[in-house]
This record gives sequence, C-alpha cells and structure tokens, in this order.
Amino acid sequence: MNQEAQVQVMGLWGSPFSKRVEMVLKLKGTPYEYIEEDVYVQKSPMLLKLNPIHKKVPVLVHQGKSIAESLVIVEYIEDTWKTSYPILPRDPYERSMARFWAKYVDDKVMLTLWKACWGPESEREKMVEEAYEDLKYLEEELGDKQFFGGETIGFVDIAADFIAYWFGIAQEASGVMIMTAEKFPKLQRWSQNFVGNNIIKEVLPPKEKLMALFKAQFGNNASN
Amino acid sequence: MEENKSKVTLHGMWASTYSKRVEIALKLKGILYEYVEEDLSNKTESLVQLNPVHKKVPLLVHDGKPVAESQVILEYIDETWKNSPRLLPEDSYERAQVRFWVSYINEQVIEVMRKVLFQEGEAQEKAIEEARERFKVLEEGLKKHFPNKIIRENDDVGLLDIIIISTFGSHKDYHELFGVGIIDPVNTPTLYNWIESLKELAVIKEAEVPSDRLVPFLQMYRQMHLQQAANT
Repeated sequence: MNQEAQVQVMGLWGSPFSKRVEMVLKLKGTPYEYIEEDVYVQKSPMLLKLNPIHKKVPVLVHQGKSIAESLVIVEYIEDTWKTSYPILPRDPYERSMARFWAKYVDDKVMLTLWKACWGPESEREKMVEEAYEDLKYLEEELGDKQFFGGETIGFVDIAADFIAYWFGIAQEASGVMIMTAEKFPKLQRWSQNFVGNNIIKEVLPPKEKLMALFKAQFGNNASN
Repeated sequence: MEENKSKVTLHGMWASTYSKRVEIALKLKGILYEYVEEDLSNKTESLVQLNPVHKKVPLLVHDGKPVAESQVILEYIDETWKNSPRLLPEDSYERAQVRFWVSYINEQVIEVMRKVLFQEGEAQEKAIEEARERFKVLEEGLKKHFPNKIIRENDDVGLLDIIIISTFGSHKDYHELFGVGIIDPVNTPTLYNWIESLKELAVIKEAEVPSDRLVPFLQMYRQMHLQQAANT
C-alpha cells in the first residue's frame, strides 16, 4: 500500500486550524495526501461522512480512521509519531503549561483578536482593549525564548499560528493595529522566527490570497 | 513534623462542575489533597496569584506549582500519578476519540446548556431545541464510538466518564428547574445509562451535590444572569 495514502488531511487552504495539522506532519516528516475542501462552496460527500458533527475541516484520516478538531489531531499525531520532532515536552508539568497556553490561545485569544478586527462596531473598543490584555500575557509567557516551545517549535507555537501569520495580514487589511513591534517586541520577533522557519513557510497560504479574502470580509462589514 | 514533599491543594467551588471533575480524579487515584473552598465573589489571594490569567477554579497546586483549566489538570494528574485508573486509553486513536468527545461536550454542549439556564421565554425555547440536537449528536457519538461501555468499578472510569458525570450527573435537578428534560432513557438511552452506572460507584456518590443545595443555587445563579441581561 502506498505509504503516502496512509495519511490524508482534508483541509482548507486559508484556515489556520487546517494548517496546524499540516505543520506538525511536515515537522515530523510524515508524508500525507492533502485534499482541499473549499467548505465555503460545498462539502464533499467524503467530508460529510468523516466529520458529520462539525462538518468542518481539518479532518485527518489515518489507516482508515478519521479524527477531527485540529488540536485533538495534533495530539494524535504526537502520540502516533513519537520518535521524530516532539511537539510537547516530556515533563508532565511542562506539558500542562504547554496545554494551558495552547488552550488560552485557542479558546480566548483567537476569538478576541477576530472580534477586534471584525466584530460589531459596538463591541470593537472593548475587544481591542481585551486583545491588548490577552497579548500581554503571551508576550510575558514568551519572554526571551525563541519559540514558546523553547529552542524548537512546539505545541503552543502551532496553536498560535494565527497570531504569528494570519493576524498580521488581518491587521493590514482592517487597519486595526494592535500587535505592533513597539507594544509587543517579543511576539513580533517570535512571529518572524515562526514564519521564517523553512518547514513552516512551505505550508503557509500566500499573503496576497489571504489579503484578498480578508478584504472581501471587510467589504461585507463596511456595507452593514 | 516532616514537611510533606508531595503537597496537593485544590482550589474549588462546591457547585462548579469543572471543580468536581478534578475532585473525582483525585479521589479515583487515591491522591491526598487539601481542599480550599473559594468564594467566587471574594477570591483568596492564593487563587489570584497562582492563576493570574483566568483567576478561576479549579486550580490545582502541586508542590507549589499551579495547574489551571480542568482539562489540563486532569491530563496532568494522569501523567503524574500513573496508578490506575488510567484516565486516557493507551491507544492513540482511542485517546483521540476521548479527547474529541470531551471537547464536544465542553464546547458544543455546555454552551447550549448555559443558554438554557441563562435565558427565558422564546430565547430559552430556541436554546432547548438546540440542546436537543446537540445531545442527539452526543448520544449517537457515544453509541457508535464506545459500544462496549461497562462501568462496574473505579478502574473502568476515565476522562470521558469524569466529564460526563460531572457535567450531566445532576440532570434531574435541571429537569426539576425547567420542567423540561433532555437526558432520559427514551431520547438518550446510552447517555442516561452511562450516567446511572457511574452513580453506583462510591467515589462518585461521595462527590455528588445534594439536590436541595443545588437547585436553589441554580435558581439564584439563573436570576443573577437574567437580571444582568435586563440591565444592559
């Protein structure tokens, strides 16, 4: 059986959630077949069969079994391909810290940043303020480390991919400037390290394409 | 007296289902711990200092090191105290299934339960319908992915079981509060029986919150939210 066909990723080109999965597979050197699912247009029968619950990407299929939810998938990849490029530390306490910060980014920060850029006008000011608070905690947690994971990219860096790449583009597209080099020098440096990484940059969607997508999004809001 | 090198403290709140999760896990593993009941309107300095980002319960402190977020705490407990029951299965795919359904409950089900609790009238009715849909998905998922579920002793209890019993264990109290039940033997037999089996275990009974305490608390909590919503 074709080794590559053993792992399939059903993803969406512009989604940071989808990209998390691809990043980890590439960091671990695990080959996979990528299947583009433009969920904004139409969901394929395969996707509906594999992830009827959320009807969302990403979905990982390995040896015929499917898994959904990007961070659940990332932990699965970590559990399954243990020998190359560990994403989580070994020590239980350090693992708990990594999971805590990844959850913080996934549950709280991403939503706040999103709302700060695209939320209803009435909430915008409050969200921007909250965004500053949220990012301050991350700036502090990062400290002088190259990555949240230390010297190598780890679980938190992967979870925070939106902040490293997508958010910068969103800021440019919306004109809402929150994460600046002056206010968040460490996060700025980190984001450059992250997107500059040879493996990560292979996976990132092209800036112009994302910019166009975001501008279309803002276009919609402006007309509301 | 020799200082206890492995000191475990849990900051919790009696009505918090998240706090309950950690209590159950500690009891299952036979871990000795000090419990600090937090008054959420007047939090202890320790809680605020050790969980500055969220300032929430539950917070576990192990040898002075804080661990926050119930999901994170449970995995930390399982990885640190490796005695049985193991909270996560050995097999990676089974682990992913457990994590997925825990995530579904935490994100999709609890969200809609909160809507039911904190809304009234038409908005609440709509939330109840949404809740029925999500519970249906959960029911189907549990039936499909955990077909051989048997709970007879502590060793049979894992992460998903803990989340299920802590989140849904008091479903009859909710039924009493709203006059409408979502979890029952007809609509959600798998989930219903799963909960009933867990309730038979001594460790679960120990952690149960009595109805006569919970129902008035839920009523007060609901009123507080309705009031706040009316004021904005």
